[in-house]
Amino acid sequence: MISVNDLLVMLPELYLTAAACLVLLFDVFINDDQRDATHWVATIVMVVAIFLVIHGQTPQTVTAFGGMFIRDHMAEILKVTVMIATILMFVLARPWLKDRKLFVGEFYSLSMFSVLGVMLLVSAGSLITVYLGLELFSLPAYALVAMNRESKLASEAAIKFFVLGALASGLLLFGMSLIYGATGTLDLHRIFLAIGTTSHLHLLEFGLVFLVVGIGFEFGAVPFHMWLPDVYEGAPTPIAMYISAVPKLAAVGLAYRLLEVGMGPLAMDWRVMLAIMAALSLVVGNVVAIAQTNFKRMLAYSTISHMGFVFLALSNPTPEGYSSAVFYAVCFALMETVAFGVILALSRKGFECEMIADLKGLNHRSPWFAGMMAISMFSLAGIPPLWGFAAKVLVLKAAIDGGMLWLAIVAIICAIIGLFYYLRVVKVMYFDAPVAGTEPLVAKPDLAARWLLSINALGLIAMIAGSGVFYSWCLAAFGA
Amino acid sequence: MMDWPILSWLIWLPCAGAIVVLLAGNARPRLARWLSLLFSVATFGLSLVMLAVYWVAPSGFQMQENLHWIPGINTSYHLGVDGISVALVVLTAVIHILVVGGAWQVIKVKVHQYMAAVLVLDGLLIGVFCAMDALLFYLFFEAILIPMFFLIGVWGGERRVYATLKFFIYTFFGSIFFLIGILYMYHRAGTFDLQTLQNFPFTFKEQTWLFFSFVIAFAIKTPMVPVHTWLPDAHVEAPTGGSVILAAIMLKVGTYGFLRFPLLITPDASQHFAWLIIVLSLIAIIYIGYVAMVQPDMKKLVAYSSIAHMGFVTLGLFIVYMLARQLNDPGMAQLGVQGAVVQMVSHGFVSGALFTCIGVMYDRLHTHEISVFGGLAKVMPWFGAFWILFAMANTGLPGTSGFVGEFMVIMSAFKASPWIALFAAYSLIISAGYTLYLVRRIIWGTAPTPKAAAMPHLNAREGWVLTGFALAVLAIGVYPWPLMHLMDSSVAQIVTHLMTSKIG
Repeated sequence: MISVNDLLVMLPELYLTAAACLVLLFDVFINDDQRDATHWVATIVMVVAIFLVIHGQTPQTVTAFGGMFIRDHMAEILKVTVMIATILMFVLARPWLKDRKLFVGEFYSLSMFSVLGVMLLVSAGSLITVYLGLELFSLPAYALVAMNRESKLASEAAIKFFVLGALASGLLLFGMSLIYGATGTLDLHRIFLAIGTTSHLHLLEFGLVFLVVGIGFEFGAVPFHMWLPDVYEGAPTPIAMYISAVPKLAAVGLAYRLLEVGMGPLAMDWRVMLAIMAALSLVVGNVVAIAQTNFKRMLAYSTISHMGFVFLALSNPTPEGYSSAVFYAVCFALMETVAFGVILALSRKGFECEMIADLKGLNHRSPWFAGMMAISMFSLAGIPPLWGFAAKVLVLKAAIDGGMLWLAIVAIICAIIGLFYYLRVVKVMYFDAPVAGTEPLVAKPDLAARWLLSINALGLIAMIAGSGVFYSWCLAAFGA
Repeated sequence: MMDWPILSWLIWLPCAGAIVVLLAGNARPRLARWLSLLFSVATFGLSLVMLAVYWVAPSGFQMQENLHWIPGINTSYHLGVDGISVALVVLTAVIHILVVGGAWQVIKVKVHQYMAAVLVLDGLLIGVFCAMDALLFYLFFEAILIPMFFLIGVWGGERRVYATLKFFIYTFFGSIFFLIGILYMYHRAGTFDLQTLQNFPFTFKEQTWLFFSFVIAFAIKTPMVPVHTWLPDAHVEAPTGGSVILAAIMLKVGTYGFLRFPLLITPDASQHFAWLIIVLSLIAIIYIGYVAMVQPDMKKLVAYSSIAHMGFVTLGLFIVYMLARQLNDPGMAQLGVQGAVVQMVSHGFVSGALFTCIGVMYDRLHTHEISVFGGLAKVMPWFGAFWILFAMANTGLPGTSGFVGEFMVIMSAFKASPWIALFAAYSLIISAGYTLYLVRRIIWGTAPTPKAAAMPHLNAREGWVLTGFALAVLAIGVYPWPLMHLMDSSVAQIVTHLMTSKIG
């Protein structure tokens, strides 16, 4: 039975569904030179969606549609961050898209559908909703990666993303079917309860392995990371920015729902799997990133290593562990938007700023952008007084509290290795002289983009003071 | 008055100043210089206010501020100063004025960014000396790497990129193990509050691990043999101001860390492994002294001499266990710690002065090579006089600040073991050796080239900066009582604390 109450619980999702369709329609009826209108409408739609999520908050967890949809604080934190990241992408991407004649209405509606998928995913209360959300998120993302039809690299990236993503979905689905077979239910909470009484423990654990593989794909953790560097490199930069931030947030939600809400009693099994993936991601990500000359690929490998940090927190299955994971994912998403935002702002018509060497002498050409990129790099490296430091401390603390001191030590050794390539970017910007003839390279992005990027970057400093409040929200979301 | 958060002001005023200076922009270097002078003097003024408000008699931390930072993990923005911190905060503030003055016309490109980095360092270093929460301490401790990274990398010499990356990664390597140590302490004690941690009964095994996590961080920062190799590189490539801050204050961050962490949190492991630190200190004092003697580069020479002098500090800090626990002589132990801290302050002024002098010479002939200079006593008589004063202080001549600390440390070392004292005292000969040898080559004799003979005299600005250093060196040397009195009760408290074992 669908009641009005059910609909109210998922009001933001319903609103976004309608809005995305309307934006698509709206765009049909305007000329190409009026496309700015679509941009602003889409941005405002997202802002209103944030408002709806925050405004509709309930003090405790609410479920709808017989437990298929869960609205809790964790989901709300993730949804709001995803929408903030999307707004950042909209605003920062506009000048870039215009320069490349990619400024089309589909960009906005596809992104919004993808966000909708994430919203469903993080609020999923049953395996069906999980899968629905995952596919709704992924399909528009594939299309977005292929948005630049003329680029071979982009098409290649999209195909890779699609094939591997489909494979991951398939594995996840297979795991789900096994779990359904073992427990006889799709509802995550009932699965949790059924695990205690089931006699098919082996089947269940077999299914669990496939779930973990699916989650690993979504995070881009080693050994399921192969798609990530190619997609980062090939996708149009704004989409790469989206892929670097949003799926990671979704994946934290996915991991929590599947592993804790659903497979909680098997925590002792899956936490070891996550710990191994964490160690592998940290090592591979950091070591391979050193060899990169392409900035976007470097960020891809850095992402892989950061996912290792998220797993570090997830391998401590307590409210503190999950809070740290959410904290880290949110912080990571907002650091990535700065890094990508700066290279978006530096790219111009006929010039893609995507090699590390393209940043040479940036401090001489634009101290402001250089400063923001430096903030982002130091924050990614986890150097205080930047937000990334607080995130790193919380994650390491979670690992140590969870009895995984060895993993924390692996993580910090990798952090030392990782420091090198972040510092190299700073070195290129500040210590190297600009290449002759590139003096006027810095494009003036529009004012909104400039401001938003600056606020984003300065926020990374300010949030070191705000970490306490934000961490308390995260803790409260997991009932600690 | 007491409610006014003076320590926060001391930390954040220069940081705010850095933003203002940055806003002055690249096009107005004059404005940037004056603004940074204004802010560094204001910070110094505040530090004097703090000195006046500080009440010497009661031991313990004063002017405390305690705000929640991340309540979820029980860490707080907790500041406070005892006598030792007060001395180091004032030192930091003074040195930064001299650094700003020293860089006045020397820095020509990106003046605003240089000055901003110096001011940020000012605030963050004061933060290190005021932090009473382990995580907050770590935050400041590591944050100082960023401005120093830029100082060396942007305004440094030829191999600046190599030097600054080495400096950053080396130091980061040490401090990250320290972070794990801090987190482990939190895991056990449930708090980051330093005073609680100092009273928390860690087992001996835990203490051992924690001790080494601390030592690896602070030994690199101090630096101690054998992890000192980043320092000569960093010094040689750093601009004058960077070298001064590095030698005068950043090295003290390492020894200050020894004082706050291993000495008090893991006293039993420290006692057990004190021999290790003492041996390393003695190696630093003697071996590094010899290394200094053969350097062809002045900056390297002074850098190595800094390492040798820091050996005295670590020696003074770690013989306290022998004195306080084995010989049951807290008075002598106190003398050792006090000597170490006096040596920290004194070395701040002496090494800062020497690097400033080298900077003055570098501005004229653009090299640090010793062989390029000669006969400065005739070419630049005033400069020669200053140089000899600081050289004497570096060798520890009575009447200069260098004497006081070394004498106190050697005296307490003698009580602990005449052998340690013998080796430590041997350094007086070596340091006299390399310093006087340097003086002979650059101050006496004749100028090797016409260019070196035509070096212009000290200008007024350089004269004032060096006078500032000279006054401090002489004041501490002639009348060290105020400095010692300032930290008497704090040191006594430290010694009392570390006399009680945690493992009963």
